Amino acid sequence: MNNKRPFIEKFFTPIVLFTLFLMFAAGNIQAQDTVKAVKDVTADSLKTETKAEKDEDISAVILHHIADSHEWHFWGEGKDKVAIPLPVILYTKSGFVTFLSSKHEEDEKGAEIFTEKGESLVNYEGKYYYPAAAKYENGTYVKVDENQVPVNEKPLDLSITKNVLALFISVALLMIIFLGIARSYKKNVGKAPKGMQSALEPFILFVRDDIAIPQLGHKYAKFMPYLLTVFFFIWINNLLGLVPIFPGGANLTGNIALTAMLALTTFIITTVNGNKSYWGHIFNTPGVPWWLKFPVPLMPVVEFIGIFTKPIALMIRLFANITAGHILVLSLIALIVILKSVYASAFAIPFALFISAIELLVGFLQAFIFTILSALFIGMAIEEHHADEHH
Amino acid sequence: MTILSLNPLVSPDPGLFIWSAVSFAILFIVLRAFAWKPIVAALSEREQSIEDALQKAAAAKEEMARLTGENEELLKQARAERDLILREAKKMKDQIVGEAKETAQREGARMIEKARIEIDNQTAIAMAGVKEQVATLSLEIAEKILRKQFEDQKKQEELVEDLLKKVKLN
Repeated sequence: MNNKRPFIEKFFTPIVLFTLFLMFAAGNIQAQDTVKAVKDVTADSLKTETKAEKDEDISAVILHHIADSHEWHFWGEGKDKVAIPLPVILYTKSGFVTFLSSKHEEDEKGAEIFTEKGESLVNYEGKYYYPAAAKYENGTYVKVDENQVPVNEKPLDLSITKNVLALFISVALLMIIFLGIARSYKKNVGKAPKGMQSALEPFILFVRDDIAIPQLGHKYAKFMPYLLTVFFFIWINNLLGLVPIFPGGANLTGNIALTAMLALTTFIITTVNGNKSYWGHIFNTPGVPWWLKFPVPLMPVVEFIGIFTKPIALMIRLFANITAGHILVLSLIALIVILKSVYASAFAIPFALFISAIELLVGFLQAFIFTILSALFIGMAIEEHHADEHH
Repeated sequence: MTILSLNPLVSPDPGLFIWSAVSFAILFIVLRAFAWKPIVAALSEREQSIEDALQKAAAAKEEMARLTGENEELLKQARAERDLILREAKKMKDQIVGEAKETAQREGARMIEKARIEIDNQTAIAMAGVKEQVATLSLEIAEKILRKQFEDQKKQEELVEDLLKKVKLN
């Protein structure tokens, strides 16, 4: 009890200062970035277009900021643009095609066909498609449906995008941090933890004592590596997503492909480890009147759908929470541009800071929720039921 | 129009899915082997050792209390023993001193007695010598007197007659 207080006292001030700094930096730099981008978009559109179209542009800018990209953009547009081009890897009909994203970025309207390794491609809004046989009336080789989504065929895009690079950075960071900590555990056997080790030990213990043991019981040790990995992986990516400058700023945990991958992993672990009583509960739920199971197997169907809705809920919860936070901050900053008044920043910036601070909390909370729900689902699958027990 | 085509945000990108699955798998395998296992093992080991140490401390405290009690008991015993030894030693000393005194007195008396006897003997010897000397001197004196008296014949005859007269009386 007592030995934990000095740690909190010692680190309380730095943590508060760091949080304030992050809040400031997040608000500030995202503000600059967005203001500039929104200005560029709106500057030429203001004269001719209506207000509704301007709002559409702003939401396009916001969506562009939280979406994946083939380059790591810092600031500026056109010739003043500062960005890291990233390698594009496409698995096309004629095999792998690789080039740097900066090579074919002038045209993003699908108007110009380029050829790489004998494969003809067009760049449409930062994505690569096979061109249509002939140009359409709007001057592009890309046909869009009523929702402006292209219908052209596209190669399998295995590029190192902004999100993939952020993923690699976070994986490298996690390895450096935790292999280092593991080393200090080996070095400091029988001694009190030091430095990074003592900073992260409470969280490792938190995962073990407040997530794994209550949900999994005595069989918790087998699932500790997965729960720890998923908790720290989500948390570090949530935090990096809030840092507005490189290597942060990618909206990785707010990307549904990543949350789908994590939810699928939990689903596979749950299904593989499900014991007899778990499947028994699904297909022949005890304690339920027989007419709910036969002749119409209502309960089994509901339970069976439940197997899939649980991981899908996991996937959507994480994605939606993180994406919503990013959209909120960007929207508050965009208010300055929408209202066309610098005085709007008087309330837009404090609100954006407030939301950024909330996001720090949400970043931890969502990592915790994803981990504890994964533990809960695994716990349900491995729980030993007694014959006289009813649910 | 499918649900997924509503918004590019909710359409999973297969590239990122594949990359993240591969990266996460590598991360999981590496961390499980080289980080989580040693860390979790070290943590439970440390907790075990802390628990052991606490138990040992409690046991040691108990042992300490027991030892302290025992020590006090021993100390009390030792003190009693010391007192007893001291008392006995004193008694013995007194006894030895008394015996020595008695012996000394007896010896002294004996030596005084011996000295007295010796003195008596020496006195007797001296008295005998003196007597002899006196006798010798008396004889010499008598002789000298007799010789003087017998220088004239008449006196000798008178004496013989005197003597003879006395004999006749007898």
